[in-house]
Amino acid sequence: MKRRAIIAGIGAVFVSACSKVADSKVGSSLLSAAEDWHRMAHRALSNRTALVREYAKSDISPVFRGNGSVTVDTDDYRKQVADGFANWRLEVGGMVAHPMSLSLENLRKLPQRKQITRHDCVEGWSAIGEWTGPQLSTILDAAGVSKDANFIVFRCADTLSGNKYYESVDLVDAMHPQTIIAHQLNGESLPIKNGAPLRMRIEKQLGYKHAKYLIAIEAVASLDDVGLGQGGYWEDHHGYQWYAGI
Amino acid sequence: MKRHFLSTRLWHWINLVCIIILFMSGLNISNAHRYLYWGQWGFSPDQAWLAVPRFPGWATIPDYYSLSSARDWHILAAWPFALGLLFMWLAMLINRHFWRDLKTSRKEWRARAIWSDIVQHLKLNFDHGPGKYNFLQKAAYGLVLGVLLPGMIFSGLAISPGFESAAPWLVDIFGGRQSARSIHFIFAWGIFAFFVVHIVLVLLSGPIGHIRDMITGGEA
Repeated sequence: MKRRAIIAGIGAVFVSACSKVADSKVGSSLLSAAEDWHRMAHRALSNRTALVREYAKSDISPVFRGNGSVTVDTDDYRKQVADGFANWRLEVGGMVAHPMSLSLENLRKLPQRKQITRHDCVEGWSAIGEWTGPQLSTILDAAGVSKDANFIVFRCADTLSGNKYYESVDLVDAMHPQTIIAHQLNGESLPIKNGAPLRMRIEKQLGYKHAKYLIAIEAVASLDDVGLGQGGYWEDHHGYQWYAGI
Repeated sequence: MKRHFLSTRLWHWINLVCIIILFMSGLNISNAHRYLYWGQWGFSPDQAWLAVPRFPGWATIPDYYSLSSARDWHILAAWPFALGLLFMWLAMLINRHFWRDLKTSRKEWRARAIWSDIVQHLKLNFDHGPGKYNFLQKAAYGLVLGVLLPGMIFSGLAISPGFESAAPWLVDIFGGRQSARSIHFIFAWGIFAFFVVHIVLVLLSGPIGHIRDMITGGEA
């Protein structure tokens, strides 16, 4: 018992030293810089358009888990569900030459990409599903993203713990061939728990980047004035890494 | 007894700090989803081969549940850990530490020789002949330096969705992303087991002298 107390004591001293480091200015900037080093290493080691693994139909997991928001708790959304999302609009704006407002029908008429990919949650679990939708690059090219824009922000209809969900990526991930706006999962319209009617697929990053219940796409120069400035709901409110490729 | 190289000593202590941070922050990350799977996917307890116990605050970094802060520590410490191991391997190959002290000869792999090593260990007789390390030590250090530590780096990379496109074959080597995650976990406990045995044997065989030598290098 005594030995266990000593080990726990040593552990506690070490952990409290760690929290001192984390609270210090140098410590916290080091902790957030490490994420950038990983991003730069990942980008240096693989081609910007290199694809992540795509699987066979037989690899698809029997269910695709819904996590985070699993519905949107508003009368408007319930009405949209009842109407089969016939009036859902995806606004494309911000620093673009031609702002657009697209219906699901507009999106379905664009060239479609089908991909069977693995979804990795930051918690550690994975699921595999087949996603269908237009590439984000098609829409961004049509909208004409300004040369001064550096990030693409995804606005969502859902609210988590009282805050609007949103996410953002840089243009490398936005223009990646496997970055699509999915309206189908496994050949059917997106289930509500998986983000109906539209969700992002950002295949080179973890699940929380794949914004669900998508209502708008916005090109911006900086993330400072978006939300609380950290680039996403989890980044703003829970300190998660903006680059979720690790 | 030959001196410990400066490179060995530096790496040993830096690596110790890295391993402690990675292990304890890793336990916090494990608390986020306490189930391990084989294959490419897995997301619910009925698919798991192991339900991992929840680790208490005193064993984790930070000492409360925070996946985001634990990941910050894990992601940071991974750099000195991985680069340090690369540096240590290069140093060992160049300064002959590997060839001279760690490489085993065929003679040492004979069952009788291994058995006599085990018996001597159990008798706590740590005197050994002209070589710096006996077979069990070489086997343990070889397993840690050659399999467990690099295995942590490679299985860690295989879990990373951003790294995947650089080397998709790495995920395949492990038999899928969830298998890589399971192996990451098993190897971490393998390193923990080495850590415990290592500390026990140091304590049994003159800890003060060993720790001093690992800092100063020891006498020539």
